[in-house]
Amino acid sequence: MSDPANLPDRDPASTQTPPPPPAGSTPGGAAAGNTPAQLAEASPQDPQASLMRRITTGNGLVSVLAIVLSLLVGAILIAATDERVTSAASYFFSRPTDMLSAIWASVSEAYGALFRSAFFNTQADGFANAIYPLTETLTVATPLILAGLGVALAFRVGLFNIGGQGQIILGAMLAGWVGFTLNLPAGLHLLLAVVAGIIGGAIWGGIAGVLKAKRGAHEVIVTIMLNYIAVYLLLYVLTTPGFQRPGSNNPISPEIHESAAYPLIFGSGFRLHLGFIVALLAVAFVWWLLNRSTTGFELRAVGANPQAARTAGINVSRAYITAMVIAGALAGLAGTAQISGTERSLSGDIAASFGFDAITVALLGRSNPIGTMFAGLLFGALRAGGVGMQSNTGIPIDIVLVVQSFIVLFIAAPPLVRSIFRIHTGQKKSRKSTARTAKAGGAA
Amino acid sequence: MSTATTTPSSRTGSIAPAIRNWGAPVTLAVLALVALVGFAIGSPHASARFRISADADALQVPDVVLGTTLVGWITAVVLLALAAYSFALTTRAQPAPRWLVPAFAAVWVIAFLVWVIGSANNPNVYFSGLIAGSFTLAIPLIFGSLSGVLCERSGVINIAIEGQLLAGAFGAAIVGSITHSLLAGVLAAIVASVVVSMVLAVFSIKYMVNQVIVGVVLNVLVAGLTSFLFSTVMKDNSSLFNSPPSFHNIRIPGLADIPVFGPILFDQTILGYGMYLAVFLVWFGLFKTRWGLRVRAVGEHPKAADTVGIKVNTMRFWNVTLAGVVAGVGGAFFTLVTSSSFNKEMTAGQGFIALAALIFGRWNPIGAFFAALLFGFSLNLSFVLTILGTPVPSQFMQMLPYVVTVFAVAGLAGKSRPPASNGIPYVKE
Repeated sequence: MSDPANLPDRDPASTQTPPPPPAGSTPGGAAAGNTPAQLAEASPQDPQASLMRRITTGNGLVSVLAIVLSLLVGAILIAATDERVTSAASYFFSRPTDMLSAIWASVSEAYGALFRSAFFNTQADGFANAIYPLTETLTVATPLILAGLGVALAFRVGLFNIGGQGQIILGAMLAGWVGFTLNLPAGLHLLLAVVAGIIGGAIWGGIAGVLKAKRGAHEVIVTIMLNYIAVYLLLYVLTTPGFQRPGSNNPISPEIHESAAYPLIFGSGFRLHLGFIVALLAVAFVWWLLNRSTTGFELRAVGANPQAARTAGINVSRAYITAMVIAGALAGLAGTAQISGTERSLSGDIAASFGFDAITVALLGRSNPIGTMFAGLLFGALRAGGVGMQSNTGIPIDIVLVVQSFIVLFIAAPPLVRSIFRIHTGQKKSRKSTARTAKAGGAA
Repeated sequence: MSTATTTPSSRTGSIAPAIRNWGAPVTLAVLALVALVGFAIGSPHASARFRISADADALQVPDVVLGTTLVGWITAVVLLALAAYSFALTTRAQPAPRWLVPAFAAVWVIAFLVWVIGSANNPNVYFSGLIAGSFTLAIPLIFGSLSGVLCERSGVINIAIEGQLLAGAFGAAIVGSITHSLLAGVLAAIVASVVVSMVLAVFSIKYMVNQVIVGVVLNVLVAGLTSFLFSTVMKDNSSLFNSPPSFHNIRIPGLADIPVFGPILFDQTILGYGMYLAVFLVWFGLFKTRWGLRVRAVGEHPKAADTVGIKVNTMRFWNVTLAGVVAGVGGAFFTLVTSSSFNKEMTAGQGFIALAALIFGRWNPIGAFFAALLFGFSLNLSFVLTILGTPVPSQFMQMLPYVVTVFAVAGLAGKSRPPASNGIPYVKE
């Protein structure tokens, strides 16, 4: 039950080499000096602690099963809306095999197309064409990983960063402005654009962090509202001379200069750009930050139990602001992946729905950087595959949204998945004891 | 979940030692100065003409013509006085009266409206139409925020208002088209929205999944599902699946001819009249009945409520379901009144404006009603201003609900405190 005492144990990495105690404060373990009564009082008041535990310690089997179940739901939807299936269903009782084969045809065509457009095109001629879908997956995964890291980092500090969308927009806006306005040498220009993107995202995330830390404003509400403020801000600046493409009446900016674009990794035949490497570096950075740095230790301590962290001398307000600034910066990087990587010019839907997808990515990745990377790759594959599926079989890409949300719903409720698959975990049916064992499991 | 814990000051109020919240007076002072500089000193020295009656109206009321300079100065003085009053109260650590922020907002809106119309290329606006249009935009927002009030007063955060509205709009469109029945359309909207609500309820209450997560995911799920079904089923067969009937206005003769207020009070569809009834019922139910007392107890202090024998989680479950019913009617408004067919993601973020209205309205049905009206007005004004050609970009008007809400939750526009146990699952000890 005692949150701070468990903190170092929750992360296997940090048990091997305990992080240095924050300067001028007692080590994390000493925070357990709280009376049990205080802790017992604090824990039901703090749902985020148990949420963090559930997100970070759930088992991998549930994730796999959740993905399988969600693809099954998608398959049902695809089959149910296929005309071949519905027409075969009208004479189901006379020839049931017709309907079953129609269902098989419909679903296998859809998921086959999705696979070929996401990983490896078995029907293509030549290796380059066959491998092209995989590079598309990596390209789409880039902003998902970056923005997902932003959401995941905030989660670990107990904050819900719903504001990925707005942070991406601000990042793309500033990076884009640097990209198409300034004239600089190749390397420097890109660097400056990326820094501008980071600053843009960090400001937008920081607003939520400061309002949370200083005014107690609920970060969920603030970040949702900031998303919409960013959308309208973007639409506004796209009508001003500084941003609007000369000679155009549409809300679209000029193309960024080539010097401010991420270099393409495999040449002009592929869209995959250096931003993907940046995303991988960001994964490493967040991992280091959370598991190896003093700041990361403080952030995790605040996420586990803010009251105990405060007692241990950690500045909780500063942790909130730091977390949101870094989270925003990561989302801002996702914005640069869009503007300097794939899109090259600023328009109203520069952020697509990456900010919202990032939330699902972070949840699927259990808020840990490595997990977030794999989740980003999976959702990148789903999205890239969905585009191919839509153009080959006519099945709307919206099915990807449905599959994604089902994945998250199933993952967020492990008892549900366990009961569907009848996995016995030795837990009693009673909800109370389930909660208790979950907590005990987190401590083990 | 956190607002209350991180700002103990907002809960202790005037209990000594007084913690003064300077947010509100400072914000009001800044806004008052904006009015002084922008609308009074920066007056375009023109006159703004507000047409009250249309040519066809039975009752003709002369146009109201207001000089921007005069109105600018008068309102600026009033606003400065209100800001000064707020400062005085805060200095003495007294709580601001409840009318202060709404009154300030109303005067500021008048000042802004006169200034912006006066500055337009065509300083002439059909005021009754502006109000009636705002009202039509506000009705689904009001239903949405009532849904939020019902959920959050019982302690369940409802981020899924957007999804509920969208599901309602979809259900109304498809069933209304197939059955050609308005009643069936509304019922289908309610069922669709209730399904969304029940998923929220089951996941957040039974499985204790974080309510914000469920809400966010439900929005994505409903958007994906309705867009998918729209593309696969509705689009190619729109005459069969996407041409629902529309509600007609029921005009109360005589009363509907009252200038400005007639159309919004006495020339509405059944859903419009139903909205008034819903606001009243939710307010009456929450604050005047035993049921409401229990709901609020469950939302504020579930343990205490449990101790006196209230079934906390059952209560929450049915409240969330009821919220679905209300939001469903709001969703039906999109496809059975404002638009003649369903379209992909047609709610376009209105569920979040409803959420904003709920917060700015301080989790109170009446407050949410007026906040939604204000937001509907700002939306409609942004359309009107685009036509009139004014210096204020329409995007800023559309941004307004969100900005106001950020200020509200940051305590910069008075206190805005959620129910104490909002978002916290209840586990019986």
